[in-house]
Amino acid sequence: MLFCHPSKLKSKGIMGMNQRNISYIGRYNPRSLYKLVDDKLKTKQIALKGEIAVPDLISVIGQQHEVADLTNRIRGFGGFCIKPAQGSGGKGILVITKVADGRFFKPSGSEVTLLEMERHVSNILAGLFSLGGKNDVAVIEALIQFDPVFEGYSFEGVPDIRLIVFKGYPVMGMLRLSTAASDGKANLHQGAVGVGIDIATGRALRAVQFDEPVTHHPDTNKELSKMQVPHWDRLMTLAAGCYEMSGLGYLGTDMVLDTERGPLLLELNARPGLAIQIANGEGLLPRLRQVEALPAHPVDVETRVARSKEWFGRDTQMV
Amino acid sequence: MASKKAFYFVIAVLLSIGIGSAVYRHTVDGIPLVPGTQTVNWTVEARVTFQAQGQPIEAALTLPEDPGFATLSESAASPGYGLTLARQDGARKAVWTKREAAGSQELYFTANLVQKNAAPLEEPNEPAPPEPVVWAEGVDTAAQTLVDLAWDRSAGNLSYAQQVATMIFDKEQGQNVELLLGHYQPAELMVQLMRAAAIPARVSHALMLEDGRRRQNLVSVVEVYDNGQWHLFDPATGQSGRPDNMLLWQRASASVLDITGATDSRVTFSIIKDTRPALATAVDMMTAKGLASFSLYSLPLEEQSLIRGLLLVPIGVLVVVFLRVIVGLKTSGTFMPVLIALAFIQTTLLTGLVGFLLIVAVGLYIRGYLSNLNLLLISRISAVVITVLGIITAFTLLAYNLGLTEGLTITFFPMIILAWTIERMSILWEEEGPKEVAVQGGGSLLVAVITYLCMVNPLVQHWVFNFLGVHLVILALVLMLGQYTGYRLLELRRFRPLAGDS
Repeated sequence: MLFCHPSKLKSKGIMGMNQRNISYIGRYNPRSLYKLVDDKLKTKQIALKGEIAVPDLISVIGQQHEVADLTNRIRGFGGFCIKPAQGSGGKGILVITKVADGRFFKPSGSEVTLLEMERHVSNILAGLFSLGGKNDVAVIEALIQFDPVFEGYSFEGVPDIRLIVFKGYPVMGMLRLSTAASDGKANLHQGAVGVGIDIATGRALRAVQFDEPVTHHPDTNKELSKMQVPHWDRLMTLAAGCYEMSGLGYLGTDMVLDTERGPLLLELNARPGLAIQIANGEGLLPRLRQVEALPAHPVDVETRVARSKEWFGRDTQMV
Repeated sequence: MASKKAFYFVIAVLLSIGIGSAVYRHTVDGIPLVPGTQTVNWTVEARVTFQAQGQPIEAALTLPEDPGFATLSESAASPGYGLTLARQDGARKAVWTKREAAGSQELYFTANLVQKNAAPLEEPNEPAPPEPVVWAEGVDTAAQTLVDLAWDRSAGNLSYAQQVATMIFDKEQGQNVELLLGHYQPAELMVQLMRAAAIPARVSHALMLEDGRRRQNLVSVVEVYDNGQWHLFDPATGQSGRPDNMLLWQRASASVLDITGATDSRVTFSIIKDTRPALATAVDMMTAKGLASFSLYSLPLEEQSLIRGLLLVPIGVLVVVFLRVIVGLKTSGTFMPVLIALAFIQTTLLTGLVGFLLIVAVGLYIRGYLSNLNLLLISRISAVVITVLGIITAFTLLAYNLGLTEGLTITFFPMIILAWTIERMSILWEEEGPKEVAVQGGGSLLVAVITYLCMVNPLVQHWVFNFLGVHLVILALVLMLGQYTGYRLLELRRFRPLAGDS
């Protein structure tokens, strides 16, 4: 059977795209707050105000004439990341992990010339990657020194941790590991491995690639079930705090682990995808409804994290 | 979600206005539901002949007023006569007048009639009860016998009429009927027998329509009143009900033809049957009724064809909304497939597809070169636009010289759309590889083709132009789809591993 019966998905509490759009995004995310998360520069600014840790900002290029100044702005950095402030779906992100003798290299080892980098920035400015083709600015960020605990779990890319935060409660988590198939990107539809994470402990529950279960990383062959995300409590607190910071009720937080600084908020997403359900092997709806059933008075971050751990933790390990 | 009730109210209003107006257009204005429907069109010519006596002439011909037929057009030919159309004695009449005429005269009246669905002959005002019948000498007993017999055998006005009609036709009760028929015509006898039982009845004159008949005369039919309606009886056959192709020519008024100042007058009829598109007939009738200003047919042809194209857009939009919300197909650019499909309508599908792929392929190739030049995005896209224009011109020239006239139509593609498609595909290729280009481009083309196939459907084209209410229904559907929180079809596949766990 190519298709499954909708009642089966319903009984498992799997959320569909239409329901996400109408019942959660439409209802809990005020349109006026979108600009805070759709513009990564603004996200950074409110994160700094809310004392949420983010990767360091190297520079912002907002005008075409500044493009010529690119070399000066990135001078001295061994690695950096150029991204459109208003990009979506990871589009237009250029990561340089190695700079040697004025030559720039992507994580895959392929070289990027200065000319290509300048063109990339100028494309960003013209709005090629932004929603609706609006003019944009290019944000240059310091590279994350990613935590060696993930060594061997990710191929040519930084693993990131996605937590869905609903009304301030982290409800479901997933680790995204890039693979050769995903070309160093952490998007599941491109072939990245999604690892469902136990909300209580930060331990791996189950892993999928292309929607099918896997036990080992396809490139490094490391066993995924042994994985345990470090600094789990700090990650949970960081994610839960993004609710107050952004005001968005239904939110996707993307975080990374830096060796020195620990968990950093990479970006927020007002329309997080649904692949996290596949990675966890579980539907979002029961958890969302549990939070929806709560009476509406403010609860502090610590309580919320504790409640989330209690409600959504799972004893079962990856099978 | 306090506005849910208001929302459903709006939906209900849209649906009822939309469907209601479509039903109205069909039943009242006669717009056919299916394109290509034919209607039967009768051309009836009445020819009035008489011998003029050298005196002032006034000739009045009753004109047909049959609720079962609609008049498309009427005309009269009567050289030298003045003509007025007037109501006299409760009937519509054509009145020819002339100060002086002598010898044999001929007047013509032609009507174009369209048969409608057989409607009952309703009579809003109850006719006055008939006056008591005075029978001719010596037949009272026979008549009374018949009346009593029919009365006994009947349950109401209609069954009484049926009994009487059967008696007259079957010559049952032989002697009595024979006797009466010696004094009265069958139709007249039937009316008398009806009136004797205090049932309103009258003789009317009808024309049996048959293609190619000439010199036809009117036949008598009896109308019997019962319960707000007139019912027809044919005393010549005893049959009740209205035969097909019967046109009631003269009802209620005294006579079909009244002439003063002439002798030997006659009226005969010629009939021609014709079939024509029901739509054309409906439009002609609306024009005749002066309602055409409410319809798109009052526009000049050029605007009509423009609107015809534009009115397809809601269909395309509906298809795209359906394919995205219910099926879950991805397209590059929300409504680009609709624009491509509109272009396909101009080019036809195969030419359009080939042309589109050719232009995008060549464009991608040239865009590859442009990307080496390190241009600003705006000027790069502008360069692509100009290049696309060049490609289109080149292909058109090539096609013309090769004698492929289909090639000429690729000029209908919206150029900016093509340029943006090429640009986005090119970026997609660089960022995500050729596979994603094939997936997204293919998805867009698939949606465009499905949209195209819906939009070229003759039934769809007929409906969106002739039943404007359809657009309100589409609006309601789109609004309802915007509330759909169920799973998309493709999600049932995507999440299948989750369903199969237990």
